[in-house]
Amino acid sequence: METLERIITEHPFFAGLDCGFTNLMVSCAANVRFKAGAYILKEGDPANTFYLIREGKVAVEVLAPQHKPIIISTLSMGEILGWSWLLPPFQWKFHARAVDDVRAIGLDGKCLRTKCEENHDLGYEVLKRFAQIMEQRLEATRLQLLDVYAVK
Amino acid sequence: MMIMATAITTDPMLPQPYSVREVAKETPDTFTLRLDPENAVNRSMFQPGEFSMLWLFGVGELPISISGDPSLHDRLVYTVRSVGQATHSLVNRGVGDGVGVRGPFGAGWPLEAARGRDVIVVAGGIGLAPLRPLIYQVLQNRKDYGRLVILYGGRSPRDLLYRKELATWARNRETQVLVTVDYGGLSWRGHVGVVTTLFKYSRLQPTRSVAMVCGPEIMMRFVTRELETQGLSRDDIYLSMERNMKCAVGFCGHCQYGPHFICKDGPVFRYEQIRNLLEKYEL
Repeated sequence: METLERIITEHPFFAGLDCGFTNLMVSCAANVRFKAGAYILKEGDPANTFYLIREGKVAVEVLAPQHKPIIISTLSMGEILGWSWLLPPFQWKFHARAVDDVRAIGLDGKCLRTKCEENHDLGYEVLKRFAQIMEQRLEATRLQLLDVYAVK
Repeated sequence: MMIMATAITTDPMLPQPYSVREVAKETPDTFTLRLDPENAVNRSMFQPGEFSMLWLFGVGELPISISGDPSLHDRLVYTVRSVGQATHSLVNRGVGDGVGVRGPFGAGWPLEAARGRDVIVVAGGIGLAPLRPLIYQVLQNRKDYGRLVILYGGRSPRDLLYRKELATWARNRETQVLVTVDYGGLSWRGHVGVVTTLFKYSRLQPTRSVAMVCGPEIMMRFVTRELETQGLSRDDIYLSMERNMKCAVGFCGHCQYGPHFICKDGPVFRYEQIRNLLEKYEL
Protein backbone atom coordinates (compact mmCIF):
# COMPACT_ATOMS: atom_id res chain seq x y z
CA MET A 1 0.00 0.00 0.00
CA GLU A 2 1.28 3.45 -0.90
CA THR A 3 2.01 5.70 2.04
CA LEU A 4 0.98 9.35 2.10
CA GLU A 5 4.65 10.27 2.31
CA ARG A 6 5.49 8.34 -0.85
CA ILE A 7 2.54 9.75 -2.80
CA ILE A 8 3.39 13.31 -1.84
CA THR A 9 7.12 12.93 -2.38
CA GLU A 10 6.64 11.45 -5.85
CA HIS A 11 4.02 13.94 -7.00
CA PRO A 12 5.35 16.46 -9.57
CA PHE A 13 3.77 19.32 -7.63
CA PHE A 14 6.12 18.66 -4.72
CA ALA A 15 9.18 17.80 -6.86
CA GLY A 16 12.37 19.36 -5.52
CA LEU A 17 10.77 20.40 -2.26
CA ASP A 18 13.11 20.36 0.75
CA CYS A 19 12.72 17.17 2.80
CA GLY A 20 11.67 19.11 5.90
CA PHE A 21 8.95 20.90 3.97
CA THR A 22 7.74 17.62 2.48
CA ASN A 23 7.44 16.13 5.96
CA LEU A 24 5.46 19.16 6.97
CA MET A 25 3.10 18.60 4.02
CA VAL A 26 2.69 14.97 5.01
CA SER A 27 1.78 16.02 8.55
CA CYS A 28 -1.02 18.20 7.08
CA ALA A 29 -2.35 15.46 4.73
CA ALA A 30 -5.10 12.85 4.92
CA ASN A 31 -6.71 10.42 2.50
CA VAL A 32 -10.24 11.40 1.49
CA ARG A 33 -12.96 9.91 -0.73
CA PHE A 34 -15.98 11.45 -2.42
CA LYS A 35 -18.89 9.59 -3.98
CA ALA A 36 -19.90 10.46 -7.55
CA GLY A 37 -22.13 13.52 -7.47
CA ALA A 38 -20.89 14.77 -4.09
CA TYR A 39 -19.77 18.38 -3.79
CA ILE A 40 -16.15 18.71 -2.67
CA LEU A 41 -16.16 22.52 -2.53
CA LYS A 42 -18.98 25.04 -2.53
CA GLU A 43 -18.74 28.64 -3.61
CA GLY A 44 -18.60 30.99 -0.62
CA ASP A 45 -17.61 28.32 1.90
CA PRO A 46 -14.39 28.81 3.89
CA ALA A 47 -11.41 27.55 1.90
CA ASN A 48 -9.32 25.59 4.33
CA THR A 49 -8.28 22.51 2.37
CA PHE A 50 -6.87 21.71 -1.03
CA TYR A 51 -6.77 18.38 -2.78
CA LEU A 52 -4.39 16.27 -4.77
CA ILE A 53 -6.63 14.08 -6.94
CA ARG A 54 -5.54 10.43 -7.05
CA GLU A 55 -8.43 8.88 -8.91
CA GLY A 56 -11.63 10.04 -10.58
CA LYS A 57 -12.72 13.25 -12.21
CA VAL A 58 -13.82 16.54 -10.60
CA ALA A 59 -15.94 19.16 -12.37
CA VAL A 60 -15.34 22.79 -11.46
CA GLU A 61 -18.69 24.54 -11.78
CA VAL A 62 -20.06 28.03 -11.69
CA LEU A 63 -23.66 28.70 -10.79
CA ALA A 64 -25.64 31.08 -12.96
CA PRO A 65 -29.11 32.21 -11.90
CA GLN A 66 -31.95 30.32 -13.61
CA HIS A 67 -29.47 27.99 -15.31
CA LYS A 68 -28.06 24.62 -14.58
CA PRO A 69 -24.49 24.75 -13.20
CA ILE A 70 -21.93 25.40 -15.94
CA ILE A 71 -18.84 23.19 -15.96
CA ILE A 72 -15.84 25.38 -16.68
CA SER A 73 -13.18 22.70 -16.41
CA THR A 74 -12.52 19.20 -15.19
CA LEU A 75 -9.58 17.97 -13.17
CA SER A 76 -8.34 14.38 -12.99
CA MET A 77 -5.65 12.16 -11.57
CA GLY A 78 -2.50 13.97 -10.50
CA GLU A 79 -4.03 17.45 -10.52
CA ILE A 80 -4.44 19.95 -7.72
CA LEU A 81 -7.90 21.17 -6.77
CA GLY A 82 -8.25 24.50 -4.96
CA TRP A 83 -6.06 27.51 -4.31
CA SER A 84 -8.46 29.90 -2.59
CA TRP A 85 -7.12 28.68 0.77
CA LEU A 86 -3.93 30.57 -0.06
CA LEU A 87 -5.33 34.02 -0.74
CA PRO A 88 -7.73 36.27 1.22
CA PRO A 89 -10.66 36.14 1.77
CA PHE A 90 -10.02 32.35 1.94
CA GLN A 91 -13.37 31.44 0.40
CA TRP A 92 -14.08 29.11 -2.51
CA LYS A 93 -14.94 30.93 -5.73
CA PHE A 94 -16.51 27.93 -7.49
CA HIS A 95 -18.24 24.67 -6.82
CA ALA A 96 -16.32 21.43 -7.34
CA ARG A 97 -18.28 18.19 -7.82
CA ALA A 98 -17.08 14.61 -8.07
CA VAL A 99 -18.08 13.38 -11.55
CA ASP A 100 -17.30 9.83 -10.52
CA ASP A 101 -15.97 8.30 -7.31
CA VAL A 102 -12.94 10.36 -6.33
CA ARG A 103 -9.98 9.44 -4.18
CA ALA A 104 -7.75 12.31 -3.14
CA ILE A 105 -5.31 13.55 -0.58
CA GLY A 106 -6.68 16.48 1.34
CA LEU A 107 -4.10 18.95 2.65
CA ASP A 108 -4.90 21.25 5.53
CA GLY A 109 -4.51 24.67 3.91
CA LYS A 110 -5.29 26.58 7.06
CA CYS A 111 -2.43 24.90 8.90
CA LEU A 112 -0.14 25.32 5.90
CA ARG A 113 -1.06 29.00 5.60
CA THR A 114 0.06 29.62 9.16
CA LYS A 115 3.31 27.77 8.56
CA CYS A 116 3.93 29.76 5.36
CA GLU A 117 3.57 33.00 7.34
CA GLU A 118 6.04 31.72 9.92
CA ASN A 119 8.52 30.40 7.39
CA HIS A 120 8.79 32.50 4.23
CA ASP A 121 11.07 29.99 2.51
CA LEU A 122 8.23 27.50 2.71
CA GLY A 123 5.76 30.23 1.70
CA TYR A 124 7.84 31.04 -1.40
CA GLU A 125 8.07 27.37 -2.41
CA VAL A 126 4.33 26.90 -2.04
CA LEU A 127 3.48 30.14 -3.89
CA LYS A 128 5.89 29.29 -6.71
CA ARG A 129 4.17 25.96 -7.28
CA PHE A 130 0.67 27.38 -7.13
CA ALA A 131 1.64 30.27 -9.40
CA GLN A 132 2.62 27.74 -12.05
CA ILE A 133 -0.74 25.99 -11.83
CA MET A 134 -2.54 29.35 -11.96
CA GLU A 135 -0.52 30.35 -15.03
CA GLN A 136 -1.40 27.09 -16.84
CA ARG A 137 -5.07 27.40 -16.01
CA LEU A 138 -5.18 31.08 -16.95
CA GLU A 139 -3.69 30.26 -20.35
CA ALA A 140 -6.18 27.43 -20.86
CA THR A 141 -9.04 29.72 -19.85
CA ARG A 142 -7.91 32.41 -22.30
CA LEU A 143 -7.82 29.88 -25.11
CA GLN A 144 -11.24 28.60 -24.04
CA LEU A 145 -12.61 32.16 -24.14
CA LEU A 146 -11.46 32.55 -27.75
CA ASP A 147 -14.11 29.99 -28.71
CA VAL A 148 -11.85 28.87 -31.54
CA TYR A 149 -14.24 26.29 -33.00
CA ALA A 150 -17.11 28.71 -33.51
CA VAL A 151 -18.05 29.76 -37.04
CA LYS A 152 -16.54 33.22 -37.52
CA MET B 1 10.35 13.32 -45.74
CA MET B 2 7.06 14.72 -46.99
CA ILE B 3 4.85 12.38 -48.96
CA MET B 4 4.31 13.95 -52.33
CA ALA B 5 0.93 14.23 -53.95
CA THR B 6 -0.37 11.17 -55.73
CA ALA B 7 0.36 11.49 -59.43
CA ILE B 8 -2.54 12.99 -61.31
CA THR B 9 -2.88 11.27 -64.63
CA THR B 10 -5.53 13.58 -66.06
CA ASP B 11 -5.57 17.33 -66.56
CA PRO B 12 -5.48 18.71 -62.99
CA MET B 13 -7.87 21.48 -63.99
CA LEU B 14 -10.48 19.09 -65.34
CA PRO B 15 -13.06 17.88 -62.81
CA GLN B 16 -13.84 14.17 -62.91
CA PRO B 17 -17.49 13.15 -62.60
CA TYR B 18 -18.47 11.66 -59.24
CA SER B 19 -21.87 11.11 -57.69
CA VAL B 20 -23.08 11.27 -54.13
CA ARG B 21 -23.53 7.78 -52.73
CA GLU B 22 -24.23 8.67 -49.10
CA VAL B 23 -24.61 11.71 -46.84
CA ALA B 24 -24.31 11.20 -43.08
CA LYS B 25 -24.94 13.86 -40.46
CA GLU B 26 -22.04 14.09 -38.00
CA THR B 27 -23.11 17.14 -35.97
CA PRO B 28 -25.86 19.76 -36.41
CA ASP B 29 -23.81 21.55 -39.10
CA THR B 30 -21.28 18.97 -40.29
CA PHE B 31 -21.85 16.15 -42.77
CA THR B 32 -19.80 13.34 -44.24
CA LEU B 33 -20.28 12.64 -47.94
CA ARG B 34 -19.24 9.56 -49.84
CA LEU B 35 -18.64 10.19 -53.53
CA ASP B 36 -18.25 7.34 -56.01
CA PRO B 37 -16.65 7.80 -59.45
CA GLU B 38 -19.13 7.73 -62.30
CA ASN B 39 -16.40 6.45 -64.57
CA ALA B 40 -15.47 2.94 -63.42
CA VAL B 41 -11.83 3.35 -64.49
CA ASN B 42 -11.36 6.20 -62.05
CA ARG B 43 -9.52 4.79 -59.06
CA SER B 44 -9.70 7.11 -56.06
CA MET B 45 -6.15 6.95 -54.76
CA PHE B 46 -4.92 9.49 -52.24
CA GLN B 47 -2.46 9.95 -49.38
CA PRO B 48 -3.66 10.93 -45.89
CA GLY B 49 -3.69 14.71 -45.58
CA GLU B 50 -4.35 15.46 -49.26
CA PHE B 51 -7.34 17.45 -50.45
CA SER B 52 -9.62 17.68 -53.48
CA MET B 53 -11.35 20.52 -55.26
CA LEU B 54 -15.06 19.76 -55.34
CA TRP B 55 -16.90 21.39 -58.20
CA LEU B 56 -20.61 22.14 -57.73
CA PHE B 57 -22.08 22.99 -61.07
CA GLY B 58 -23.53 26.48 -61.04
CA VAL B 59 -22.32 27.20 -57.50
CA GLY B 60 -18.55 27.09 -57.37
CA GLU B 61 -15.56 25.06 -56.31
CA LEU B 62 -14.39 24.15 -52.80
CA PRO B 63 -11.12 22.79 -51.42
CA ILE B 64 -12.02 19.94 -49.03
CA SER B 65 -9.69 17.54 -47.22
CA ILE B 66 -10.26 13.87 -47.85
CA SER B 67 -11.43 12.21 -44.65
CA GLY B 68 -11.98 8.61 -45.75
CA ASP B 69 -9.99 5.42 -45.66
CA PRO B 70 -7.06 5.52 -48.16
CA SER B 71 -7.21 1.75 -48.61
CA LEU B 72 -10.70 1.98 -50.18
CA HIS B 73 -10.12 2.96 -53.80
CA ASP B 74 -13.72 2.91 -54.97
CA ARG B 75 -14.75 6.12 -53.23
CA LEU B 76 -13.74 9.49 -51.84
CA VAL B 77 -15.07 10.64 -48.48
CA TYR B 78 -15.26 14.23 -47.26
CA THR B 79 -16.43 15.76 -44.00
CA VAL B 80 -17.84 19.22 -44.59
CA ARG B 81 -19.06 21.90 -42.24
CA SER B 82 -21.91 23.91 -43.69
CA VAL B 83 -20.86 27.51 -43.16
CA GLY B 84 -21.60 29.28 -46.44
CA GLN B 85 -23.46 29.07 -49.71
CA ALA B 86 -21.14 26.57 -51.39
CA THR B 87 -20.72 24.23 -48.41
CA HIS B 88 -24.47 24.44 -47.75
CA SER B 89 -25.13 23.45 -51.34
CA LEU B 90 -22.63 20.57 -51.09
CA VAL B 91 -24.07 19.02 -47.92
CA ASN B 92 -27.56 19.29 -49.36
CA ARG B 93 -26.73 17.17 -52.40
CA GLY B 94 -28.94 14.13 -52.61
CA VAL B 95 -27.90 10.58 -53.32
CA GLY B 96 -27.13 10.28 -57.03
CA ASP B 97 -26.40 13.99 -57.52
CA GLY B 98 -23.25 14.84 -59.43
CA VAL B 99 -20.13 16.52 -58.07
CA GLY B 100 -16.97 17.28 -60.01
CA VAL B 101 -13.72 16.27 -58.33
CA ARG B 102 -10.23 17.57 -59.08
CA GLY B 103 -7.21 16.16 -57.33
CA PRO B 104 -6.04 14.83 -54.98
CA PHE B 105 -3.65 17.70 -54.34
CA GLY B 106 -0.96 18.74 -51.92
CA ALA B 107 1.56 17.19 -49.57
CA GLY B 108 0.05 14.90 -46.95
CA TRP B 109 1.05 13.65 -43.52
CA PRO B 110 4.61 12.26 -43.29
CA LEU B 111 3.84 8.60 -42.69
CA GLU B 112 7.40 7.59 -43.55
CA ALA B 113 8.81 9.92 -40.88
CA ALA B 114 6.41 8.38 -38.38
CA ARG B 115 7.37 4.77 -39.08
CA GLY B 116 8.70 3.05 -35.97
CA ARG B 117 7.77 5.98 -33.76
CA ASP B 118 4.87 6.99 -31.55
CA VAL B 119 2.28 9.04 -33.42
CA ILE B 120 0.59 11.89 -31.59
CA VAL B 121 -2.52 13.19 -33.32
CA VAL B 122 -3.86 16.50 -32.01
CA ALA B 123 -7.11 17.67 -33.56
CA GLY B 124 -9.48 20.52 -32.90
CA GLY B 125 -13.05 20.68 -34.20
CA ILE B 126 -13.36 19.67 -37.83
CA GLY B 127 -9.55 19.34 -37.89
CA LEU B 128 -10.07 15.67 -37.07
CA ALA B 129 -11.34 15.09 -40.62
CA PRO B 130 -7.98 15.46 -42.47
CA LEU B 131 -6.34 13.38 -39.73
CA ARG B 132 -8.77 10.46 -39.97
CA PRO B 133 -7.08 8.89 -43.04
CA LEU B 134 -3.79 8.97 -41.13
CA ILE B 135 -5.42 7.26 -38.14
CA TYR B 136 -6.82 4.56 -40.46
CA GLN B 137 -3.36 4.02 -41.95
CA VAL B 138 -1.68 3.69 -38.56
CA LEU B 139 -4.33 1.31 -37.26
CA GLN B 140 -4.20 -0.83 -40.42
CA ASN B 141 -0.41 -1.08 -40.19
CA ARG B 142 -0.16 -1.24 -36.42
CA LYS B 143 3.21 -2.99 -36.23
CA ASP B 144 4.88 -0.26 -38.28
CA TYR B 145 4.27 2.37 -35.61
CA GLY B 146 4.66 2.80 -31.87
CA ARG B 147 1.86 4.09 -29.67
CA LEU B 148 -0.96 6.10 -31.20
CA VAL B 149 -2.13 8.98 -29.04
CA ILE B 150 -5.20 10.91 -30.22
CA LEU B 151 -6.01 14.16 -28.44
CA TYR B 152 -9.23 15.70 -29.69
CA GLY B 153 -10.91 18.92 -28.61
CA GLY B 154 -14.32 20.18 -29.66
CA ARG B 155 -16.62 23.03 -28.82
CA SER B 156 -19.26 20.94 -27.07
CA PRO B 157 -20.23 17.25 -26.95
CA ARG B 158 -22.70 17.66 -29.83
CA ASP B 159 -19.94 19.15 -32.02
CA LEU B 160 -17.64 16.13 -31.78
CA LEU B 161 -17.01 14.22 -35.01
CA TYR B 162 -16.85 10.45 -35.42
CA ARG B 163 -17.90 9.68 -31.85
CA LYS B 164 -18.44 5.96 -32.47
CA GLU B 165 -15.10 5.64 -34.23
CA LEU B 166 -13.30 7.45 -31.41
CA ALA B 167 -14.64 4.80 -29.02
CA THR B 168 -13.60 2.02 -31.42
CA TRP B 169 -10.10 3.44 -31.89
CA ALA B 170 -9.64 3.63 -28.12
CA ARG B 171 -10.07 -0.15 -27.92
CA ASN B 172 -7.05 -0.78 -30.15
CA ARG B 173 -3.88 -1.90 -28.48
CA GLU B 174 -1.27 0.74 -27.81
CA THR B 175 -3.80 3.45 -28.61
CA GLN B 176 -4.88 6.22 -26.27
CA VAL B 177 -7.81 8.45 -27.17
CA LEU B 178 -8.54 11.51 -25.06
CA VAL B 179 -11.41 13.84 -25.86
CA THR B 180 -12.28 17.18 -24.32
CA VAL B 181 -14.84 19.92 -24.95
CA ASP B 182 -14.73 23.64 -24.24
CA TYR B 183 -18.31 23.65 -22.96
CA GLY B 184 -19.77 20.54 -21.41
CA GLY B 185 -23.28 20.13 -20.12
CA LEU B 186 -24.02 18.30 -16.89
CA SER B 187 -24.68 15.06 -18.77
CA TRP B 188 -21.17 15.09 -20.31
CA ARG B 189 -18.90 12.87 -18.22
CA GLY B 190 -15.70 13.49 -20.17
CA HIS B 191 -13.08 16.21 -19.90
CA VAL B 192 -13.94 19.91 -20.04
CA GLY B 193 -11.16 22.29 -21.05
CA VAL B 194 -9.09 23.11 -24.12
CA VAL B 195 -7.21 20.40 -26.00
CA THR B 196 -3.84 21.44 -24.52
CA THR B 197 -5.07 20.38 -21.06
CA LEU B 198 -5.11 16.75 -22.27
CA PHE B 199 -1.33 16.53 -22.59
CA LYS B 200 -0.89 15.86 -18.89
CA TYR B 201 -2.83 12.60 -19.23
CA SER B 202 -1.14 11.42 -22.41
CA ARG B 203 2.04 9.61 -21.27
CA LEU B 204 4.17 10.90 -24.17
CA GLN B 205 7.67 9.74 -25.04
CA PRO B 206 8.76 12.97 -26.73
CA THR B 207 12.08 11.83 -28.16
CA ARG B 208 10.48 8.94 -30.07
CA SER B 209 7.31 10.69 -31.17
CA VAL B 210 5.99 12.52 -34.21
CA ALA B 211 3.05 14.91 -33.79
CA MET B 212 0.41 15.69 -36.44
CA VAL B 213 -1.78 18.67 -35.67
CA CYS B 214 -4.86 20.08 -37.37
CA GLY B 215 -7.40 22.61 -36.16
CA PRO B 216 -7.96 26.36 -35.97
CA GLU B 217 -4.67 28.20 -36.33
CA ILE B 218 -4.81 29.74 -32.86
CA MET B 219 -5.32 26.31 -31.37
CA MET B 220 -2.34 24.97 -33.33
CA ARG B 221 -0.12 27.76 -31.96
CA PHE B 222 -1.00 26.78 -28.41
CA VAL B 223 -0.59 23.09 -29.22
CA THR B 224 2.86 23.51 -30.78
CA ARG B 225 3.97 25.48 -27.74
CA GLU B 226 2.76 22.66 -25.51
CA LEU B 227 4.41 19.99 -27.67
CA GLU B 228 7.71 21.84 -27.37
CA THR B 229 7.23 22.11 -23.61
CA GLN B 230 6.66 18.34 -23.58
CA GLY B 231 10.05 17.93 -25.28
CA LEU B 232 9.19 17.33 -28.95
CA SER B 233 11.58 18.71 -31.52
CA ARG B 234 10.18 21.29 -33.97
CA ASP B 235 11.23 18.93 -36.76
CA ASP B 236 8.88 16.27 -35.42
CA ILE B 237 5.78 18.45 -35.41
CA TYR B 238 3.60 18.74 -38.54
CA LEU B 239 0.66 21.07 -39.08
CA SER B 240 -2.05 21.12 -41.71
CA MET B 241 -2.71 24.68 -42.86
CA GLU B 242 -5.72 26.17 -44.56
CA ARG B 243 -6.03 29.14 -46.89
CA ASN B 244 -8.30 30.12 -49.74
CA MET B 245 -7.27 27.64 -52.43
CA LYS B 246 -8.48 28.18 -55.98
CA CYS B 247 -6.39 26.49 -58.66
CA ALA B 248 -4.84 23.90 -56.28
CA VAL B 249 -1.71 23.58 -58.42
CA GLY B 250 0.29 26.66 -57.44
CA PHE B 251 -0.62 28.91 -60.40
CA CYS B 252 -3.07 31.45 -59.06
CA GLY B 253 -1.37 32.51 -55.82
CA HIS B 254 -4.58 32.75 -53.78
CA CYS B 255 -3.22 30.47 -51.09
CA GLN B 256 0.24 32.01 -50.88
CA TYR B 257 1.60 31.78 -47.36
CA GLY B 258 4.91 33.61 -47.12
CA PRO B 259 7.19 31.82 -49.58
CA HIS B 260 4.87 28.79 -49.77
CA PHE B 261 1.73 27.85 -51.62
CA ILE B 262 -0.54 25.94 -49.28
CA CYS B 263 -2.08 23.97 -52.17
CA LYS B 264 1.21 22.76 -53.62
CA ASP B 265 3.79 22.88 -50.82
CA GLY B 266 1.24 21.99 -48.12
CA PRO B 267 -1.32 21.73 -46.74
CA VAL B 268 0.89 19.73 -44.35
CA PHE B 269 4.05 21.53 -43.29
CA ARG B 270 6.80 20.77 -40.87
CA TYR B 271 6.38 23.21 -37.97
CA GLU B 272 9.94 24.49 -38.36
CA GLN B 273 9.14 25.51 -41.97
CA ILE B 274 6.31 27.86 -41.01
CA ARG B 275 6.95 28.69 -37.35
CA ASN B 276 7.79 32.33 -38.03
CA LEU B 277 4.79 32.78 -40.30
CA LEU B 278 2.34 31.57 -37.65
CA GLU B 279 3.02 34.68 -35.61
CA LYS B 280 2.41 37.14 -38.44
CA TYR B 281 -0.98 38.76 -38.24
CA GLU B 282 -1.51 39.56 -41.89
CA LEU B 283 -0.68 36.20 -43.44
